[in-house]
Formats: sequence, C-alpha cells, structure tokens
Amino acid sequence: MGAEFIRHVKRNFVAYIALLPMAAVVIFAYLGTMAWSVRLSFSSSKLLPRNDFVGLNQYVTLFDTSRWLTSLGNLAVIAFFFLLICFVLGCLLAIFIDQNVRGESLFRTVFLYPYAMSFVVAGLIWQWILNPDLGIQATMRGFGFSGFVLDWVVNPRMVLYAVILATVWHGSGLVMALILAGLRGIDGEIWRATRIDGIPAWRVYVSIVLPMLRPMIITSLVLLSISIVKMYDVVVAMTNGGPGTASEVPAKFIMDNLFERANIGLATAASTVMLITVLMVMAPVIYSQYFRKGGRAA
Amino acid sequence: MMRQAKPAVARRPLTYQEVWGRVGIYAFLGVVALFFLLPLYVMLVTSFKSMDEIRLGLIFSLPQQFTIDAWVKAWTSACTGLECTGLRVGFGNSVKILVPSVVVSILLGAVNGYALSFWKVKGANVLFACLLLGSFIPYQVFIYPLVRVYAQTGIYGSLPGIVLTHVIFGMPVMTLLFRNYYSGLPVELFKAARIDGAGFWKIFISIILPMSAPIAIVAVIMQVTAIWNDFLLGLVFAGRENLPMTVQLNNIVNTTTGERAYNVNMAATVLTSLVPLAVYLLSGRWFVRGIASGAVKG
Repeated sequence: MGAEFIRHVKRNFVAYIALLPMAAVVIFAYLGTMAWSVRLSFSSSKLLPRNDFVGLNQYVTLFDTSRWLTSLGNLAVIAFFFLLICFVLGCLLAIFIDQNVRGESLFRTVFLYPYAMSFVVAGLIWQWILNPDLGIQATMRGFGFSGFVLDWVVNPRMVLYAVILATVWHGSGLVMALILAGLRGIDGEIWRATRIDGIPAWRVYVSIVLPMLRPMIITSLVLLSISIVKMYDVVVAMTNGGPGTASEVPAKFIMDNLFERANIGLATAASTVMLITVLMVMAPVIYSQYFRKGGRAA
Repeated sequence: MMRQAKPAVARRPLTYQEVWGRVGIYAFLGVVALFFLLPLYVMLVTSFKSMDEIRLGLIFSLPQQFTIDAWVKAWTSACTGLECTGLRVGFGNSVKILVPSVVVSILLGAVNGYALSFWKVKGANVLFACLLLGSFIPYQVFIYPLVRVYAQTGIYGSLPGIVLTHVIFGMPVMTLLFRNYYSGLPVELFKAARIDGAGFWKIFISIILPMSAPIAIVAVIMQVTAIWNDFLLGLVFAGRENLPMTVQLNNIVNTTTGERAYNVNMAATVLTSLVPLAVYLLSGRWFVRGIASGAVKG
C-alpha cells in the first residue's frame, strides 16, 4: 500500500488541496459542532457552557418540561396534517394539470409561487388575513353573518390549523411541481394499454402511475419533512408560539432556551433529541436515494 | 425536459360525460388557484389602502382611495423598535449578504463537485455523505457551537460571519448539484485533457467551467431564493448592523407599539417578497429543475 498510496496522492495532489475547504466544513462546522452540542447536553450549562457531567439530567428535565412536550405534540399534529394535505392536494393538482388543460403554465406558476417566498412572508400574510378584528371574520360579519367565527390565530385550540393553512399554502406547489415532472416522464403506452383494458383512469393513477413515481414522491416528502422539522420562521412571524404556548414548536423551544432563557444544557438536550430523530428517519432515505444509484465517483 | 406526454386523443366530439369531466377539472383548478392567489391579492389591496379604509373591515374590497403612502413609509420610515429607517436598510443588508454568499458558495460547490466526480480522492465520498446528512439536520444542532467559535474569532455578528454561515449551510446542496451534473458529462473529455498533461485547475477552468452554464443558472436561482428568504441564520449571525430584510420585516410587523399599520405591514411584506418573486417568475422551469435536482434544501 505505502509506495502506491504515495504515488496516488502525488498524482491527485491538487484535488486533495481543492477539497480541503469541504473537509474543513464537514469536520468542524458539521461534525464538530454536532459533537459539541451533544456534549453540552450532558452538562449543567446555563448561560455559559460548563464542562461538568450530569448524565441524563437535562433529558429528564426536558421531558418533564410541559413546554417541550407541547412543542412535540404540536409538531406531530402539524406534520401529520401538513404532509397529508400537501401530498393529496399536490398530487391532485399535478394530475388535473396533466389532462391537457389550457393555461397550464399559468396554473403551474400560480400553484408554485408561494414556495418561492419566505416563510416569514407566508406567516405574516396569513396572520393578517385571519386577523379576527379586520380580516375574513370581520368582513363576513360585515356582510351580515354576525355569528361567523374564524379566529384561528387567537384561539389556542385552533391556532395550529392556522399554521397548517399557511404552510400548506407555501408547500403544496412543491409536490405539484415534482409529481407533474414525474407524470411527464411516464410512457404514453401505459395509457393506451389501460384504455384498451377498460381500466378507469383513477385506478390507473392509484395502482400504476403513483407507484412509478416513487422517487418523486420520496423526494417531495423528504423536502416537506425537513421543512417541518426546521419550522421556526413561520411560527415566529405568525403567532410567536402563542396564544400562550399553543403553537410552540421544538425548533423555537431550542432557540428560546439558547438565546433568551439562557438554558444551554436544556436547549442542547432538545437539539440532540431532534438530531437523533432526524438521523433515524433520514439515514435509510439518504442511503437509498443517493448511494444506490451513485455517481461515477461513488 | 418536460413535454406533452399524453397521447393525442383522436378528434371526435366529446361525450356528455367527458364535457362534465372537463368542467370539473377546470372548476377544481380554478378554485384552488383562487385560494393560492387570495393572499397575494389581499396583500396588494391592503397595501394601497389608507388605515381609515382598513378599519372598515372589508379585507377583500379594492381600495376606494388608491394611495402609495404605505409603500413610501414601509420603504423609508417604518420603525423597528426605536429606529425608524424603513425597510431599505434591510434591503441593503440583504444585498450585501446575498452577493458574496451566492458567489462563494457556488464556486466552492463547483470545485467540490468537479473534484468528487473526476478525481480520485480517498475518503472524499465519506466526507460527501456526511455533508449530505448534515443538510437534513436542523440548524439548531449547529448554531450554539458556531456562535461560540465565531465569538472567539471575532466574526460573530459581522458580514463575514453571516456570509461564512451561508456558505457552510449552502455547501451540501451546491456540491450535490454540481457533482450530479458533472457525473453526467462525458469522461473522455477529461481523460483526453489528462493525457495532454493538463492539471486540476487547467481542466476545471478551460473545459469544465465553460460547460457549467446550465447548472450554474440553477445554482444561482436556488441560492438567491434560499439566502434571501433566510430568517434564522440572519437573526443569529448577522448582527444588529446587518440584519437581513426578512428579520427587519418581522420586527416591523410584530414589534410595533400602538396601533398597527396594516397597510405599511403589507407593503413591507410585498417589498420583501419582490426579489424571490422576480427570480421565480423570470426563471420559470429552471426553478422547478432546481427543486428536482437539488432534492435537499438547506
């Protein structure tokens, strides 16, 4: 190995140098910070990091903190409805657009434009539309429907649905775009064959076409899931976690504990929980998506 | 890439059932399109109204007295806390953050992708796998240690600090984008240049870069929208002097004391969305291509 390895390095020396920035970013900015965060979660750090070791104390405290449990519950509700609605709506839009409709590019543009905007913008627009004093509720009451209620942003029991509404508006175009791209790649022969066999179109979509679009579906679900786990901006802009703690989410819990509540140990314990969850869900997806196909160098 | 894949249906008069099918398709697409356009419409009409008119509580009505006062105020004198300098400050900051971040992250992504797909560097694929995995992990895991390191090196809360942060968190997508694109280029070109004795940088600059235009366009679109829309990183790393437009927008809308100026808020929201919206409308299908080929978004 020795001599040959040296010859290999010599021949590719510049490539090694060129990849140094990437190596530095991976080792220090990703792996190093990750390890540091995990390490801090086992310490009693408050405002400043400490190097002591308190075992799983922070984790015990964390799962005893009602705000964290509320955040997790909220995230579960949001993720379930967001993924379900985005996926169903996105698929329906893509399938309907794929029926040789007129104005196709106009429809596509309209369904995807929210995705180009920031989550802050999405949160602020819907906060205004749902404003109970001057928004839709007031307008409908002005029309004479005096009992009309649409107070989601200020109602603790409904506020999550306001967040879901804003995020669905932001994200379903993504599913539409990806599924539509997939539909365009499907062999037209399938349609001829199924028509001859007299299979209804909806069955063809459900049993044949959608399974063929598996890579597109996985990609869109992965993208949407990441945006849900990372969800922070839209909540800060729309409700700031309120009313009370009714719309708190884990990412915001961590940020608040890091920078406002000066509880670094607890915040890093929470971020470690998020890290482990994401790794468990994503590792198999990444493996199957990027490494089985592989590039030339893989 | 996209094409009309549906087999052309023989031209015959539509049956009764088919006519209703078409009506249903257009009705569904139309209703959903209205839902997607509603926020944009409300945002625009609100921004052109006076506060007196807004207090009438008719959120969907067109402005009776069309005024651009709110726009002028949002741009030049809207307040964030005690400072009333308007969104133009945030706009300037966003541009200052955007330009170097986009340029550096794309150049690094291109070099990484080139080295990964054409050169043999031991361990490079393991690094790349870690990098990809990192892009799925919530920022909250990395933020605190990065803040500490930045503070130690004196770049915390500065322009170089936020640019470096965007370069770090943009690296997974950019590297993936260029690696996949370069893996599709004919390897013979590279081999011929190697035999002629060309080195790493010579091949990159005279052969690979000139062929990179399509993917560079996709990369610019993705990075411009992602960095412009960023909220969290700007909030944490940019520092008071360089807060990007999204952060300033949220401060204007959510920290006003006294009566909220909804018209100014909505004008500010539109202003903040202008850059990504323009990119989206001008780029058309390139935007979708970015989503589809990126498959991870930081």
